[in-house]
Amino acid sequence: MADEQNALPLNDWHVARGARMVPFAGYAMPIQYEGIIAEHRWTRESAGLFDVSHMGQLVVAGAEAEKGLEALLPADLAILKEGRLRYSLLLADDAGIIDDLMVTRRGDHFYLVVNGATKEGDIEHVRERLPRTVVLDHMKEQALLALQGPKAVDALSRLAPGVEALGFMTGGAFELGGVTAWISRSGYTGEDGFEISIPAARATAVADLLTGEPEVRPIGLGARDSLRLEAGLPLYGHDLDRTTTPIEAGLGFAVSKRRRAEGGFAGWHRIMAELENGPVRRRVGLAIEGRQPVREGAFMVDAEGNEVGKVTSGGFSPMLEAPIAMAYVPAASAQPDTEIRLAQRGRIFTSRVAPMPFVPHRYHR
Amino acid sequence: MSVYYTKEHEWVRVEGDEAIVGITDFAQGQLGDIVFVELPDAGRQVTKGGEAAVVESVKAASDVYAPVSGEVTEANQALTEDPSLVNTDPEGKGWFFRLRLSDAVELDGLMDAGAYKSFCDSQ
Repeated sequence: MADEQNALPLNDWHVARGARMVPFAGYAMPIQYEGIIAEHRWTRESAGLFDVSHMGQLVVAGAEAEKGLEALLPADLAILKEGRLRYSLLLADDAGIIDDLMVTRRGDHFYLVVNGATKEGDIEHVRERLPRTVVLDHMKEQALLALQGPKAVDALSRLAPGVEALGFMTGGAFELGGVTAWISRSGYTGEDGFEISIPAARATAVADLLTGEPEVRPIGLGARDSLRLEAGLPLYGHDLDRTTTPIEAGLGFAVSKRRRAEGGFAGWHRIMAELENGPVRRRVGLAIEGRQPVREGAFMVDAEGNEVGKVTSGGFSPMLEAPIAMAYVPAASAQPDTEIRLAQRGRIFTSRVAPMPFVPHRYHR
Repeated sequence: MSVYYTKEHEWVRVEGDEAIVGITDFAQGQLGDIVFVELPDAGRQVTKGGEAAVVESVKAASDVYAPVSGEVTEANQALTEDPSLVNTDPEGKGWFFRLRLSDAVELDGLMDAGAYKSFCDSQ
């Protein structure tokens, strides 16, 4: 059904490199090239290039942009310095998570990167709630690449000198292959790396340039998912959704100190109540006994067989060579090493609550 | 020695009144890296078209169906140690299980190698 999917700027580039294309978030996306495990390990050892152009790149501008966004996000944007980015959450009034995102202060505006599958809804939600003086622009003409891995800095600093000076969660404008790119030191793999926003018309040339470096290979969505799972990073639509709150999800760090004290954002009351009394359930990591993966949709069961929790992401960790998962479990069962029984396709699996990340982060601090 | 293929990308190699079952090279290529195979125990009766095994890739679990009916006589224990044999040698060391055929006539509805190749090319 290729004709029902939108083609991203690098579509032909992926196909020419032998990618298997699958539908994802309304686009044809590369799930893998040479194989998920090989791509996963390459990213942890060297550097992988990911096409994440399906994600929504938004600009929010206007004198009241900071105030307008602070009503929708729990981040302290007032103290966010130029060129700094924060992980944040678009929240509903009941503290349900509408999306998770990155927000950067960039000159006279804020630059937001939101998930591909949710971007249209996000845009509508934000536009309806921003003051009239604030303008939201969806930059459909921008492509987004991520270069991730311990050698990403070696490869990218050759092409865009100066990026090596960026600290984790900071960004700036750099010349890359004859275009101006917005490059931040951030990503979704737990490794050091960069995210690179460039004009869609130059995406192929930049992708060629990056993969021309000896450290860099293209990496598909399959390894992106296994890498982020090992890194303990939640995936929207799976580990986060409108029924999960930031505190349940273990994302309390995204609710900054001043905002907790002052409130004035969607979901504040519920978040404060959960911070005070504890949430009824928590997102945890699980190490599964044996070799067989337990997937999203499996249930946690108690001694009587009642469904008391659920697995929201599960797969096989190429680095640990063992099955791992994320799940929501009752708060009383969330302590590390607690035994958790899971039911999948009529069988019971034993697991234990494991600290996340499963594989240590190696960010450039 | 006759090898037959199904539209679900299983192969079945007949040896007398027994048959060995696995998944095809095409199937392993589609699934990607195999990390676990759930095999039927010896003695289990499987029915043509019914679930007989589960193959797990990094991304997903997929059912493997019995191409023919019969009683499982042996499962390939080597896959427990090294599931990647399904990727590296799907129609050899990566076999799934052996069964005693209960109805050899069921083989008539399956494809031979040539027909299966044409079927894959059309996918």
